[in-house]
Amino acid sequence: MEFKDNEAIYLQIAAYVCDNILLEKWPPEQKIPSVRDLAVELEVNPNTVMRSYEFLQNQEVVYNKRGLGLFVSPDGYETVKKLRKENFLQQNLPELFKNMYMLDISAAEIQDRYEKFKAENYGLTPNKKEDEDK
Amino acid sequence: MIEIRNLSFGYTRKSLLFKDLDLSLRRGHIYGLLGKNGAGKSTLLKNMIGLAYPQAGSCSFNGINVSGRPVAVLEEVYFLAEEVFVPSLTPEQFAASTAAFYPKFSNADFYQYLKALDVDATAAMDKQSFGQQKKAMIAFGLATNTSLLVMDEPTNGLDIPSKVQFRKLIASLLTEDRCIIISTHQVRDLDSLIDTLLILHDREIVVNHPIEEITEKITFGVFNDTTGMQVLYEEDGMRGKNAIIKNTSGKFSKMDLELFFNAVTTGRTTLIQILKAD
Repeated sequence: MEFKDNEAIYLQIAAYVCDNILLEKWPPEQKIPSVRDLAVELEVNPNTVMRSYEFLQNQEVVYNKRGLGLFVSPDGYETVKKLRKENFLQQNLPELFKNMYMLDISAAEIQDRYEKFKAENYGLTPNKKEDEDK
Repeated sequence: MIEIRNLSFGYTRKSLLFKDLDLSLRRGHIYGLLGKNGAGKSTLLKNMIGLAYPQAGSCSFNGINVSGRPVAVLEEVYFLAEEVFVPSLTPEQFAASTAAFYPKFSNADFYQYLKALDVDATAAMDKQSFGQQKKAMIAFGLATNTSLLVMDEPTNGLDIPSKVQFRKLIASLLTEDRCIIISTHQVRDLDSLIDTLLILHDREIVVNHPIEEITEKITFGVFNDTTGMQVLYEEDGMRGKNAIIKNTSGKFSKMDLELFFNAVTTGRTTLIQILKAD
């Protein structure tokens, strides 16, 4: 795994686990790889993976079944989504706002592009999601 | 596991490589030993395992002084030298003649590691390239299953896929009972494997800290402008200043080993003081 320079490795490993949960590769109640297996896969020190797993246990994303290993929490998916959302709103969004302000891009233009992006990448026609909600 | 007390050593009496050097190493860790050329990294490793005798002080392994080279130490230690010496034997024959010195040697492990590193078990080692020789000895060393594994520049001469395999093997081998020490200049090869950093500089161990603890105290980052910031060390980089600052945010950055090494070896005393403070 290629690690970015701007974040501690243990957090990047935790993010990798969260990605797999969000992508539903590792659904709720599924066992996640052992410390050793993930350390080998990612070519990192097992102590670092241990730290990532402790972090994820504290966040209640995964839980320990005694003697069996770590499993994705029943509401692990929602938990990860909530944590990611908070992170996005606090870190990425101000950055985006700053660029929008500096480059004089209106919210309406962003909205328009966002709808097109969703349609192109996820096959959602504009406003489809809102229709479903009704 | 390893206790070095007041070690002084020099190849000549006049110039000492180490003076009153202290160092303790524990099981369950992978130590990365860094130091400039000629700082004495290899010599320190040799003192640690009884291949060189200190002028003063002592090195012990599990409480046993290593300089007498007792069997209880030798059978639990494997040392991979930077320049490996291979006899005119195949890896298979080498294991048959030498594995007996290591009670925990596993033939199954040996073949598995040879395969992972792409080494032919039935080809005479001295007819192979340097990289292949080195990998054969790495496979043998790992298969000895000794509780102490000391490796001097293990990734030198390894091709790209072998470095990946090497990292995977080391990651799989670290257990609570084992201690692995790797000396290297190739920090990028190993920076995700090392959990504790040792820096040998000016005849002393100036850094012996877990990376986790270092990044708790200091932050590594790239900044457009560091004016007004409390910079402990900085270098000009492509995207701005690569800088080390005191960690006041409580967040953990990724350690830049090269930047840290340069900071320490150019005598940034404030940096060392911050690390030593509790």
